[in-house]
Amino acid sequence: MRTFRYERSSSVSGAVALLAEAPHGAFLGGGTNLVDLMKLGVAQPDLLVDVRRLVSDRVEELPGGGVRIGAGTPNSECAAHPLVRQRYPMVSQALLSGASGQLRNLATTAGNLLQRTRCPYFQDITTACNKREPGTGCSAIEGHHRDLAILGTSPECVATHPSDLAVALAALDATVRTHGPGGERVISMTELHRLPGPEPQRDTVLQHGELITAIDLPPAPFATRSHFRKVRDRASYAFALVAVAAAIDLADGVVRDVRIALGGVAHKPWRAYRAEELLRGGPADEERFRQAAEAELADARPMPGNAFKVPLARNTLVATLLDLAGGPR
Amino acid sequence: MTTPVPAIGQPLDRFDGAEKVRGLAPYAFEHPVEHPVYLFAVQSTIAVGRITAIDCSQASARPGVLAVLTHQNAPRLSTDNGELRTLQSDEVTFRGQIVGGVIAETSEIARDAAGLVRMDYEERPHNVDLRGEVPGHRERLKVPDEVLPIFPMDTSEGDVDAALASAAVRVDSRYSTPWYTHNALEPHTTIACWTGDGFTLRLSTQGVTGIQAAVAGAFRLDPSRVRVISPHVGGAFGSKVYPRADVVLAAMAARLVPGRPVKFALTRQQTFSQTGYRPPTFQRVRLGAGSDGRLVAIEHNAIEQTSKIRQFAEHSTRATPSMYAAPNRRTQQWVAELDVPTPTIMRAPGEASGMFALESAMDELAIACDLDPIELRIRNEPQVHPHFQLPFSSRNLVACLQEGARRFGWEPRDPTPRARRDGGWLIGTGVAAATYPVLRLPGSKATIRVGPDGRYLVLIAAVDIGTGTRTALTQVAADALQVDIEQVDLRLGDSTYPPAAEEGASAGITSWGAAIHEAADQLRQRLTTEHGGTVPADGLEVTADTPDNPYLKQYAMHSFGAQFAEVRVNERTGEIRVPRQLGVFACGRIVNPKTARSQLLGGMTWGLSMALHEQSVLDLRFGHVVNHDLAQYHISSNADVGAIEVHWIEEDDPYVNPMRTKGVGEIGIVGAAAAIANAVYHATGVRIRDLPITLDKLLPGDRPGSEVGG
Repeated sequence: MRTFRYERSSSVSGAVALLAEAPHGAFLGGGTNLVDLMKLGVAQPDLLVDVRRLVSDRVEELPGGGVRIGAGTPNSECAAHPLVRQRYPMVSQALLSGASGQLRNLATTAGNLLQRTRCPYFQDITTACNKREPGTGCSAIEGHHRDLAILGTSPECVATHPSDLAVALAALDATVRTHGPGGERVISMTELHRLPGPEPQRDTVLQHGELITAIDLPPAPFATRSHFRKVRDRASYAFALVAVAAAIDLADGVVRDVRIALGGVAHKPWRAYRAEELLRGGPADEERFRQAAEAELADARPMPGNAFKVPLARNTLVATLLDLAGGPR
Repeated sequence: MTTPVPAIGQPLDRFDGAEKVRGLAPYAFEHPVEHPVYLFAVQSTIAVGRITAIDCSQASARPGVLAVLTHQNAPRLSTDNGELRTLQSDEVTFRGQIVGGVIAETSEIARDAAGLVRMDYEERPHNVDLRGEVPGHRERLKVPDEVLPIFPMDTSEGDVDAALASAAVRVDSRYSTPWYTHNALEPHTTIACWTGDGFTLRLSTQGVTGIQAAVAGAFRLDPSRVRVISPHVGGAFGSKVYPRADVVLAAMAARLVPGRPVKFALTRQQTFSQTGYRPPTFQRVRLGAGSDGRLVAIEHNAIEQTSKIRQFAEHSTRATPSMYAAPNRRTQQWVAELDVPTPTIMRAPGEASGMFALESAMDELAIACDLDPIELRIRNEPQVHPHFQLPFSSRNLVACLQEGARRFGWEPRDPTPRARRDGGWLIGTGVAAATYPVLRLPGSKATIRVGPDGRYLVLIAAVDIGTGTRTALTQVAADALQVDIEQVDLRLGDSTYPPAAEEGASAGITSWGAAIHEAADQLRQRLTTEHGGTVPADGLEVTADTPDNPYLKQYAMHSFGAQFAEVRVNERTGEIRVPRQLGVFACGRIVNPKTARSQLLGGMTWGLSMALHEQSVLDLRFGHVVNHDLAQYHISSNADVGAIEVHWIEEDDPYVNPMRTKGVGEIGIVGAAAAIANAVYHATGVRIRDLPITLDKLLPGDRPGSEVGG
């Protein structure tokens, strides 16, 4: 591990200013991903600006029925919060399906969203990786890519975003509030993370030194009927092979509205707009659910080692929608 | 004098349990030492080739770095063991090989500086691809040297091919098991100190005597000048039996900084290349039977890998000649020498992989014969050991199967696949047999000293790798001495005690216990004949060796067991859950029911993990294990483990050893994966012959409307 400076600031703007002057610095939240990557030599920041005490660590109700989650809220507290559990059950379920109890106690909400994408070659500095060292090549495309992406990949990168929370938030049209060198702004969750394209080194649209201060969940009355379903290689403590976050608004067997996002399939949480479009106004039955899933996955470009994710994603999405359509939760 | 209550059979808590749970039991790396330095290894980034240039300037210039070790400045060693010839030449024989080490004032500096050592290589093509039976391949395989002399590597009786050709029912199936990595919770760690004329090594090992001999030999020292101490070990599972490059590197570093203890811990990632592994196997089983299920032929062959620097073979077909009566039998074992790290012992080496294949094939045969799989095994129960033609000292496989069936609720069982459903889950049950030989390792001595206060000090350089050996062996000693357990103080884990065989092969209690028994017998006898039954004022001391077993040529000695499993497979996703496992074992007398149960439970849990989760994924292009951490190398988590029941049959076998024990360390894993695979078949109708059984293998093809197994 390289030697680095460690700083705290008494204000958000102070922290942002500190990092603005350190092009190789990073904010430190719970550190559950960053510190691992530092040990592996993958991340080599020369400055860590600790922001754990700067941003809110609380969940608050917003006027109009939404909820604001402070960026520093530990994952475990956010998952357990009554407002989250009652209004957005799939957010709580997503958080609880990730990592371990110990990690959830340490990890922050914003830090969860800013985990680096995962790929075994990204984490191994002895192998080529375009994300770690742009232009060196992708070791995964011809290598071990069982867990990697089937949608939105590029010839440069096939990594997947590991956050379960991000999937639920993307489905719910959450927004991210940030404070950066250029001031404050609001970013849609579906826009926060990027597809790799020719620049896989950039996981998000955040500028250097831009700090997430809160996540806002808009009012979504029908999200009380929502579910996060994670399929993985063991029952606990594994990244998703495929995850589905879905909320559905039903009336008389007809889908009035629906929100779906997929996890484990792309470089970002994959909002399933195409499936949503097909479902809206249609019958809540298996046939239609299957058509919607297949439409969403029509552009999937799996590799030999992860082709199973296409039928797995289809089946998991159909099963999740059927569960939600089966009755009130 | 009243006869004390026998200690054997008491479910005693581990003597060191409270210390361990409070964090007070120091493991090797935690031993407090003054002014330590830290070592970090540099590893090769090619699989095969030669180091052409080394640049240590940046690393050496890093403040806090004391020395950089490479083959250019390392001490010359004397050893034939390719795994110990660390830094002895510029040759690289597998990716991740230790090619250097950095000694520094802190572990962080050492690790950082290790990344600054530049090595240039001349790379040559490598071959790390183990393949099954493909044309032209057999010629490149070798029959490995025998692992245990009493079990010949290859066996053959009768005419297998003719019997198969005329058999009414035939099974011919190929199976594979992947590269498994041990992943002991405590990684391999060492504190090495050069004391001026010798080494003191505190390390995590399964055998202090073996490490002492290896290090003394390599550094040309008298063994008395190497002291190895290992009081507590946080899991080993075979990976800490043999000394390897990590120990050598730590000792070399210690020579460079005399008087300063060198602390060296492998990272989790490094354990995947430095500590051995269970070799992957390709196996083929051919069974021929009459329509009544009685076997006429059994053939089992296995191909696995070893390295080019030292041969290690798992004898995967070893169990097969001990299992079932069939007049025609053949087992064959081959190894391919590849550019990979050397595999090693892993829990039930041979039986764990081999019995997955054999017991899956037996399930396939039961289906082909339309017989209950338990009935099939009972019909093929041999009267004597099929290969040795000796009676078994005790054999309770049938009792285990029947007791297990009763406890598990095996009957009534509709053998039709996909017959049971619960919601969206298919339910199935499976059974498999287990076995492991009763082994006694040579080379142990025990010293017992009794003082006039009536206290007995028992010394033996055995180790407790977390199994409860310290406690169980004290129980053995107390009964052998016919005294209360409170009078016995047993010490182990230090090479200054009388030498001992390593902890392995489920032979610890047998090998060490027999030596303790022998010493105790002699001590009691001398007390009676020489001292009139009274301990002399200056005490009395006796040292004895593990005696040979006089019954070895008269009986075949094995443990047996039966494994049952219930699985649930999600119809849409292929997810697999194992809500119930049940094992019944016949392993002789149980010394400590509490620690023995933990051993069997742990073995069955690992069997679950072997069946569903574990797999070291090799990147053939680079030659290394890609998923080299516990986030990617999956072991069963708590949420994966359902109800596991462990039972045993009362056995009183007078031939195995004076304690009448057979060993419990290995057998719990044997057959567990087959029971689960058989249950998966019962649930889904899909026979998975390649472990691990992951959900993608149970997913339907990309056909609309198709479901699991459909």
